[in-house]
Amino acid sequence: MLTESAPHYRQPLLKTPFHDRARALCQVDSFIPWAGYTTVDVFTTVEQEYFAIRNSTSVYDLTPMVKYRITGRDATRFLNRLVTRDITRLRPGRVAYCVWCDDKGHIIDDGTVFRLGETEYRLCTGERQLNWLLDSAVGFEVDVAEVTEDVAALSVQGPTSCALLKALGLEGVECLKPFDLGYSHLPTWGVEAPLMVSRTGFTGDLGYEIWMRPGDAERVWDGLMEVGRDRALRPIGSRALNIARIEAGFLLPNVDFVSAEHTLRVGTERSPLELGLAWLVDFEKGHFTGRRALLEEKSRGPRRLLVGLDIEGNKPAHNALLYADRSGKRQVGSVTSATWSPTGKRNIALAMMDAPHITTGLNVWAEIYLNRELVWERRMARARIVERPFFAPERRRVTPPAHY
Amino acid sequence: MNRPATSASPGGPKYDCIVIGGGHNGLVCATYLARGGRSVLVLEAAESVGGAAATREFSPGFKVSACAHLLHLMPESLIRELSLGTHGLHIVADRMPTTALSEDGYPLSLDVANPGSLEARSSADAVAYPTYVARLQRFSAALQPMFETVPPRLGTDSWHDRLALLRLGLRLRGLGRRDMRELLRIGGMCVQDLLDEYFETPLLKAALGFDAVLGSNFGPRSPGSVFTLLYRMAAASAAGGTLALPSGGMGALSGALAKAAIDAGVVIRTGAPVERILVKDDRAAGVILESGESVSAGTVISNADPRTTFLRLLGAEYLDAGFVRRVTHVRARGLAAKLHLALDELPVFKGLEEEALRGRLLLAPSLEYIERAFNHSKYGELSAAPIFEITLPSVADSSMAPAGNHVLSAVVQYVPYRLATGGWEQERAHLTGLLIDTLGHYAPGLRESVIAAEVLTPEDLEREFRMTGGHWHHAELALDQFLMVRPVPGAAQYNTPLEGLYLCGAGTHPGGGVMGVAGRNAARQVLRGEAVRGRRAA
Repeated sequence: MLTESAPHYRQPLLKTPFHDRARALCQVDSFIPWAGYTTVDVFTTVEQEYFAIRNSTSVYDLTPMVKYRITGRDATRFLNRLVTRDITRLRPGRVAYCVWCDDKGHIIDDGTVFRLGETEYRLCTGERQLNWLLDSAVGFEVDVAEVTEDVAALSVQGPTSCALLKALGLEGVECLKPFDLGYSHLPTWGVEAPLMVSRTGFTGDLGYEIWMRPGDAERVWDGLMEVGRDRALRPIGSRALNIARIEAGFLLPNVDFVSAEHTLRVGTERSPLELGLAWLVDFEKGHFTGRRALLEEKSRGPRRLLVGLDIEGNKPAHNALLYADRSGKRQVGSVTSATWSPTGKRNIALAMMDAPHITTGLNVWAEIYLNRELVWERRMARARIVERPFFAPERRRVTPPAHY
Repeated sequence: MNRPATSASPGGPKYDCIVIGGGHNGLVCATYLARGGRSVLVLEAAESVGGAAATREFSPGFKVSACAHLLHLMPESLIRELSLGTHGLHIVADRMPTTALSEDGYPLSLDVANPGSLEARSSADAVAYPTYVARLQRFSAALQPMFETVPPRLGTDSWHDRLALLRLGLRLRGLGRRDMRELLRIGGMCVQDLLDEYFETPLLKAALGFDAVLGSNFGPRSPGSVFTLLYRMAAASAAGGTLALPSGGMGALSGALAKAAIDAGVVIRTGAPVERILVKDDRAAGVILESGESVSAGTVISNADPRTTFLRLLGAEYLDAGFVRRVTHVRARGLAAKLHLALDELPVFKGLEEEALRGRLLLAPSLEYIERAFNHSKYGELSAAPIFEITLPSVADSSMAPAGNHVLSAVVQYVPYRLATGGWEQERAHLTGLLIDTLGHYAPGLRESVIAAEVLTPEDLEREFRMTGGHWHHAELALDQFLMVRPVPGAAQYNTPLEGLYLCGAGTHPGGGVMGVAGRNAARQVLRGEAVRGRRAA
């Protein structure tokens, strides 16, 4: 007999522990697959959900994030050889955004490393990485285990998120600095096991991520909804989050870059230097996979660079080709992510540009296709290279956050 | 000349180059480096140099070449350049004939110039044999110069690489249309299909197919076994195409190589196992010995197998994960064992003239027999009917055994590295008995003349000669581990991803077999690498 929980070929997508709760609230029944799970794209409207991120508090089901438990005597050395950042400087109780590369210095994926203890880490990634992690583990005394299904997670983001979590009963949450992690209990909501709370997120705003046992998932969700009723709390789907992450200048795998493990065409791989992530690459820390190739690239200079664009008009430049001239004769790059920024009131985009054309303030032309009731028009819009992030409110950093 | 700065731990002695391992390739490499003006230290873990080219007393008064037992692949040019003759290398048996033993008492000589025994079996084969030999010799002669060059890298802008690839292409084209087409046709074939096209005599086919599978993980029906045959013939052609025995066994060759090295100014230390390679500022900086002593050098050349070099001596943390993955995938599972017998009289093989005993004897009646022996090894089983390559070194070299006595040295295939059930300790006596019994079918009375017997399984060879998997070639010789992909891309030009660290052992192009060419090529690459860096610095 088939059970709901057992994966089956007729139901290839898994359900997160929040699925039943989310389905009940998802008014437009808009679900999309994400890393093998069915997840909400839109609950009500994208605009409402987006403004919950920027003006009150949003709740996003993060469970499909692929999670690995990394333990053992050499866990730190292993991670330090895996990622481009210096993990030896990451203290227990801290989180770091990282990328890791193949031998040629091309990015395989990005993710966050949570240092849970002296020799215990959690690595959260967008894509499954076990193969690469196990290959990287050769020669190290380290255990790598996938724990995606063992850990449920919610991202609680927005200017009032700290106040809301305090009202929920998460004590000490206001003391967490950006990229700190801590533990708290929620006995009033019937959650006995400690919850891990980290001040991390994908919105560039004040926000937290709550990591829990799947068995506690619904109780935590119910508590949040109860406390959030008078605080304009909204569950959000991936569409609203995507606007916020572009404003924050964060990259999305398979949108802004393709993992080097998945590229087939030569030249479609991306290095951290090309993606504007040079600040994540520590050449002084000792060897890591891709270091020698990245050193060579650094001395040669990157061939292309991911930049932020401010584009005239209000039509998002989705997939637009970029030209040096208005006539569109000389292509110099293309847009990877684009959105109208409701908070910035700007038409913004992330774009991959060829090397000689990259200077902040430089103008290029974006070729935007407009669908006017099935009549397509082409518009050449002036686009200026600008600094990222597009939106970086002070509240994302302030500790303790403002109390509402 | 630009000498790389050496600045490892203070105090220790300092050399330009350290060679880890005093096997034949290590000694050859060291000698050429010293002649190139470098100060060179060779560190050998064992109490004597030579590695798998060693002579050992396995029973009082009885000596034997403990691993490799024939000198047949070392190029004449190398022997000449190193003046091994003046350094004590004396050949006692040259142009050794090969004879295929037969249980029915009619052994078969493989000498092209002496076709009598073949004509007696098949006149058609006697006609086809010289054609076959001539054609394969043309192919191997065309391939041979490739052994002497540093393999080109693929997909680079370097003229050096392009030129090497061009030369390789021209050499094959130079064979002419017919031969080139034939080489391309047979290059990936199994040796049984090739031999079935030419011959009908099972014993002849078995003897010719023997060299295709000897020392490898192949059976006669394994695709690519023609390639291994051509490879061996190509290496042999540079050595004059002759089988030889050094006076005093293969250890004497190592002795001569060591003398040549010392003569060139190389410092050799034995009983000095290396614990690990020192890395400083992302380049090799020397070594630390197991004793704790550290020795500095700007260049470290490893004669050890690739897995040992990269994963044990250097450590994965200094390498990229993709490269390490490739190293862990290098196939190196030995299937060849050694049998050493001390005999109180010269054995008498059925129908064999005494003259043939100074040569090489092959025990494998048919290709089917070889394939069946191979089948067991695939599953970690011991074949009840293994194949043998036999020499009796004491026939030509009386120093190997007490007067009137003799030694028999045989390479035995297919003996698995690890048995599927049980360890070698329980099976060793059984294996020894089985091997002597099998020989007894061809040499009745052999059993009674055995004074002492020793069997070295691949596991023993691994331990004794420090070769991962007990594989003679450190890495299987096959199309996928050959030339620019040997041992792995990224280390196929003797230099490695770590600046200042080089490989010179059998795991590199063109492989083992006591050829010495890998050592010579590696030395050239070290000297060339320094020259390139020097130009860049200037």
